[in-house]
Amino acid sequence: MKLRRSMLFVPASNAAMVSNSFIYDTDSIMFDLEDSVALREKDSARLILFNALQHPLYQDKEVVVRVNSLDSAFGVDDVNAVVAAGVDVIRLAKTDSAQDVIDMEAVIEHAEQAYGRPVGSTKLLAAIESALGITNAKEIAFASKRLIGIALGAEDYVRNLKTNRSADGIELLFARCSIIQAARAAGIQCFDTVYSDANNEAGFIHEAELIKQLGFDGKSLINPRQIDILHNIYAPTLKEVDHAQAVIAAATEAEEKGLGVASLNGKMVDAPIIERARLTLERAVSGIREEL
Amino acid sequence: MNTNKQDRKLRSDLKDAILASGLKDGDTISFHHAFRNGDLLINDVMATIAAMGFKNLTLASSSLTDCHAPLVEHIKAGVISKIYTSGLRGHLADEISNGLMQNPVEIHSHGGRVHLIQSGELNIDVAFLGAPITDKFGNANAISGNARCGSLGYAKVDANYAKHTIILAEKLVPYPNSPASIAQDCVDSVVLVNQLGDPSKIGGGATRMTTNPRELLIAKKAADVIEHSGYFYDGFSLQTGSGGASLAVTRFLAPKMIKNNITAAFGLGGITATMVDLHQQGLIKKLLDVQSFDATAADSLARNENHIEISANQYANPTSKGAAVDQLDVVILSALEVDTEFNVNVITGSDGVIRGASGGHCDAAVGAKLTIVVAPLVRGRIPTLVPKVLNLVTRGDSIDVLVTDHGIAVNPARQDIQQQLQQNGIELMTIEALQQRAQLITGVPSAIQYTDKVVANVRYRDGSVIDRIYQVAH
Repeated sequence: MKLRRSMLFVPASNAAMVSNSFIYDTDSIMFDLEDSVALREKDSARLILFNALQHPLYQDKEVVVRVNSLDSAFGVDDVNAVVAAGVDVIRLAKTDSAQDVIDMEAVIEHAEQAYGRPVGSTKLLAAIESALGITNAKEIAFASKRLIGIALGAEDYVRNLKTNRSADGIELLFARCSIIQAARAAGIQCFDTVYSDANNEAGFIHEAELIKQLGFDGKSLINPRQIDILHNIYAPTLKEVDHAQAVIAAATEAEEKGLGVASLNGKMVDAPIIERARLTLERAVSGIREEL
Repeated sequence: MNTNKQDRKLRSDLKDAILASGLKDGDTISFHHAFRNGDLLINDVMATIAAMGFKNLTLASSSLTDCHAPLVEHIKAGVISKIYTSGLRGHLADEISNGLMQNPVEIHSHGGRVHLIQSGELNIDVAFLGAPITDKFGNANAISGNARCGSLGYAKVDANYAKHTIILAEKLVPYPNSPASIAQDCVDSVVLVNQLGDPSKIGGGATRMTTNPRELLIAKKAADVIEHSGYFYDGFSLQTGSGGASLAVTRFLAPKMIKNNITAAFGLGGITATMVDLHQQGLIKKLLDVQSFDATAADSLARNENHIEISANQYANPTSKGAAVDQLDVVILSALEVDTEFNVNVITGSDGVIRGASGGHCDAAVGAKLTIVVAPLVRGRIPTLVPKVLNLVTRGDSIDVLVTDHGIAVNPARQDIQQQLQQNGIELMTIEALQQRAQLITGVPSAIQYTDKVVANVRYRDGSVIDRIYQVAH
């Protein structure tokens, strides 16, 4: 499964940002055609993105696009444009039910056929942003084979709950756990919401450590300055990397010797431990954890 | 007994001081640029000189910037007929680029200016040197007062070489004022003025660390390059330019210094709050300061005994008996344009119009063992890395590494650095591949059309003409 710790939000209407956001070492870039784009810029943003997605310098990056709702005047045009341009993942905003995913899938499939892209090649990411969506999280997570994951959109959700966001995020605990449970049950990834105060580094670190511990694969980001901080939080320590390498070595050796079960320092090394070791090594790609 | 002897240098006002200097038509007058964009002195002095009817003067300021737009009128009126400066910006730069002057401006580096003075080409008749605090005999400094600007490194040279030196100050203190950045034996006249500069524009407070993520990305890459270059050892030395990315390198370097137990022997150049912070943390033992970029640096010069004021001659003159740039290990410099031969332009924009300053760029680049240029690969729609720079200020053979937001290129002449970096896992690209990448984003810009009129000569640090800036055709 692809490493997706960081998804950097970039408003597609901001041509300057679209022209260089691939320079940042983020796991995915998430262009937005929805809430961060003013009504009068919806068409130009779509056009900018249509061209950018086909630019050679975007071919090595995973690109996610948040499209407008299918109920709006822009949703279908958005899907058609980004599928035609070869988007990797479409982010469905405000997903309330499995039917929302199914409806979006139908539009995507139609676009894939219309623009000659392999059917099923466009992946989906469903963002849940309401109490209804959280209640339906399990059904949403199982709604399409295209789903790479589900994500929490907290701003609308807390408004729906009739509360607001706090530093400790107690109001989001149920939603976060529901999303993780549903995603893991469906075998897909799960992503936390943005931390919207780019200048509050301590607050961001606090939240990132919390969501990593809860089990999220990653988090949406609103500023490139948050990337290194997040990757460092997800990075394993040197001790963890050494251990993971020993686990993989023990497992490889056992496999070569035809042993069913490997052991390391007298402890059994089974499939979950090996899988965990692989994830540790993957997360070490951007470095060993530096104590802040 | 002569009772007037002690007050003999005091002049009643600027006009009186100018009369006492014996200034005449065709003379060369000089200024320093330590008040940066807050400078009020040059415009005030020039207005007085113009009102007194002088013509055909050569203006030699160590640099000029946006706030000197009023000089345009003095050029038009024939008061100023020739200019020597490190830089030009704003309206004045636009007008000069547009062919305002009959004689080309001479653009020099900070070290190169001293060389031109010592070689006799730049022969200063009257130096007008602003220093906030002086005594009546001309012992002057800029470490306190409203218009404090810290080091008077450029003014020191003028005071030494001018035939007549006038100190313009905001406050008179009892004799003897110390420390004396400018000493009494170099000073002919002392005159008090209301205001030398606008403190908020001289460099109010501390130079703000950039929050621009792209500049921070470049700075982080540059710090990684320094760490693995082979020049990151205990006792190394460092100079940073004044650009956002260049300044931010120290932010990423400091934790590496602490982690590896490395301290720098000295930091050089224009000194900023960031450098002062590292000095006060004990990470940089001494600061050699030719110009203080902000009030934090100016205050540190007053307070910290190992924050040392040096002259431009001690800083960067290639023919001085000792220029600090020759003791430098690492320098990080900015650029308006770089080409695939690593040549750097810091004087004209992509439109061919003057909008920058030579500064200490070529001086530090030649002096340092490791010269790093940091720049975004593309600015807006304009490529920074191009096949050939529009104007040459610093030759590519003195540039070792180019760090951009898209990748890092090492000058092929520095195989040692290339190997060091590769062995330490730093990804490198060829400069040609980087240039192609820029072109992939911007396309190929149309060539700029020039007339055959030379508006400025770019002088290398040894005085030679390294390039000519032509008037842009409209």
